[in-house]
Amino acid sequence: MNRLSKLFKENTKNLLNVYFTAGYPNLDSTVTIIQNLAEAGANLIEVGMPYSDPMADGETIQQSSMKALQNGMTLDTLFAQLTEARQYTEIPLVLMGYYNQVMQYGPEKFVKTAKAAGVDGLILPDLPVFEYEQEFRAIAEANDMQVTFLITPQTSDDRIAKIGQLSTGFIYVVSSSSITGKSGDITEGQKAYFARIDALDLQQPKLIGFGISDAKSFRTACEYANGAIIGSAFIRALKDVDDVGAATRSFVEGILEPVG
Amino acid sequence: MTKNLNIDVDERGYYGRFGGAYIPEMLHPNIEELRLKYRKMTADPEFKKEFDALLKDYVGRPSPLYFAKRLSAHYGTNIYLKREDLNHTGAHKINNTIGQILVAQRLGKKRIIAETGAGQHGVATATVCALVGVECIVYMGEVDIARQAPNVARMRMLGAEVRPALSGSRTLKDATNEAIRDWINNPEDTHYIIGSVVGPHPYPDMVARFQSVISEEMKWQLQEKIGRDYPDAIVACVGGGSNAAGAFYHYLNDDRVRLVAVEAAGLGVDSGESAATSVLGTEGIIHGARTLLMQTDDGQVIEPYSISAGLDYPGIGPLHAFLIDSKRAEAISVTDDDALAAALFTARTEGIIPALETAHAFSALDQMDYGPDDVIVVCLSGRGDKDLAAFTTYLNQLGE
Repeated sequence: MNRLSKLFKENTKNLLNVYFTAGYPNLDSTVTIIQNLAEAGANLIEVGMPYSDPMADGETIQQSSMKALQNGMTLDTLFAQLTEARQYTEIPLVLMGYYNQVMQYGPEKFVKTAKAAGVDGLILPDLPVFEYEQEFRAIAEANDMQVTFLITPQTSDDRIAKIGQLSTGFIYVVSSSSITGKSGDITEGQKAYFARIDALDLQQPKLIGFGISDAKSFRTACEYANGAIIGSAFIRALKDVDDVGAATRSFVEGILEPVG
Repeated sequence: MTKNLNIDVDERGYYGRFGGAYIPEMLHPNIEELRLKYRKMTADPEFKKEFDALLKDYVGRPSPLYFAKRLSAHYGTNIYLKREDLNHTGAHKINNTIGQILVAQRLGKKRIIAETGAGQHGVATATVCALVGVECIVYMGEVDIARQAPNVARMRMLGAEVRPALSGSRTLKDATNEAIRDWINNPEDTHYIIGSVVGPHPYPDMVARFQSVISEEMKWQLQEKIGRDYPDAIVACVGGGSNAAGAFYHYLNDDRVRLVAVEAAGLGVDSGESAATSVLGTEGIIHGARTLLMQTDDGQVIEPYSISAGLDYPGIGPLHAFLIDSKRAEAISVTDDDALAAALFTARTEGIIPALETAHAFSALDQMDYGPDDVIVVCLSGRGDKDLAAFTTYLNQLGE
């Protein structure tokens, strides 16, 4: 069974998904980060494939991607690192990146290689549903690679229903009209939007992301979904640290501890 | 017409396999609204009336088609210049921004964003925003802000805010990324006026249609001047490719007309410092469109280089990718040095100082084959006032 399916079958509340950019802060940080995220209590991990032109991402992830590419990160290096990480943990792994990376690697080769490296799902924000159905759906489904789509405050109910039909992984609920990396408290308007999505009764689990940065916003998001995704705040926590593993553990503990 | 080439975009924005809309969900509502409305909106007689009136009385169209006597004598053929440099604001860019500001008004948008390379599109956008009285924010690479200072000053004079793009090579590609991010953050009140035939559908088609006035006028102007409504070749420079798209548009399906797209070779196609996308590019996705782009095997976009800020772009509009891939258009690349020499030669032969972008198109005449009776139209896309600093450096190097 796909590790994501297993996770969502066993756990439906307070799921913590942490994003990091592969190759940041150091080329060889990937295994250390995955191991420590898993041990400290993250439930799933979103591994960012660094891209030169990450148009849906804010400055923090953009800069970490640039650094990762300068460090020499490539897809083949990443797949080797993920294969190594799989010796230590069965935590579900989701790759996040841009469709051009998949296209250049070759969509079928990409999915098969990722699957063999222990990847359970994909998030490709610039592959919208029309192009997904045309070019990618058959390959993903044939290889049991779960694909997650995003919905935003502007996504219509009809389109959410369509995305619900196509999503094989969890649904990524973008918390506001925003790129990644903004922080601050969750507003009443956002809560109303989360409640609207919650009431739609989608089949797939929902994780709220963008703007989730601390224990408080994580707890609030968890009231309206199965869990939440933290990215930029974690990247900021890794800046200039000597011990990546210790920084990772202490970040996750800071998010989870107050929940008890 | 000797055969039916039938070049057009489909309803999902594809020219053959190039185009489409590879965009994050956050942009979907805006792009979908445009996709569903743009053709009907721009075909509306009221829209056309307003658009045509502004082009005539505000922009100063039709732009002349001028027989360049001394250039023709030099090259031993017949060269006509489509004088987009004589438009208000000094380039073809205003044709598109007039059209898009009318679209933005009909969509009820109160805030305009744009990207710019050479600053011509930024100036044209700031101009139409001043014309209708809306807020205007222009993203421009930090490198381009330095090398196109006169246009930065013009934008400020017109009331636009110029925001520097600090990522990547700090040029046009990065300014475009920042504009897209702004639109993601401001989806409801903002319209993004893209300046070229790039980006997700419907932008490439919409911008090409607004620029198509260039070839629409060429048809009747040629009829008047040479007794037939088509030339043997049209030469235009291509960064994203909007002046070329406009100059080619009404001849796309007429294979009597050679279409010549001129790219920036920078320091040379094989120098590692180039923007010759049709030679160096492979199929991929940039700024929401499947097209040709300069990239590594791993799909990372390669930073381009050209002395011309308007051609310093690692991709090319999907229409041009299709035209070049299908051999309907031929691509020629021109180096920085050859473009500078062509700018000087044009200035001293015809008394016209072209933009550095346009100078690439003039230089392509040195690489083309033609006969003495051929008629060649060069799209003189913009004037060179903004490039006087680069020209002055060049003159100093020549010791003049």
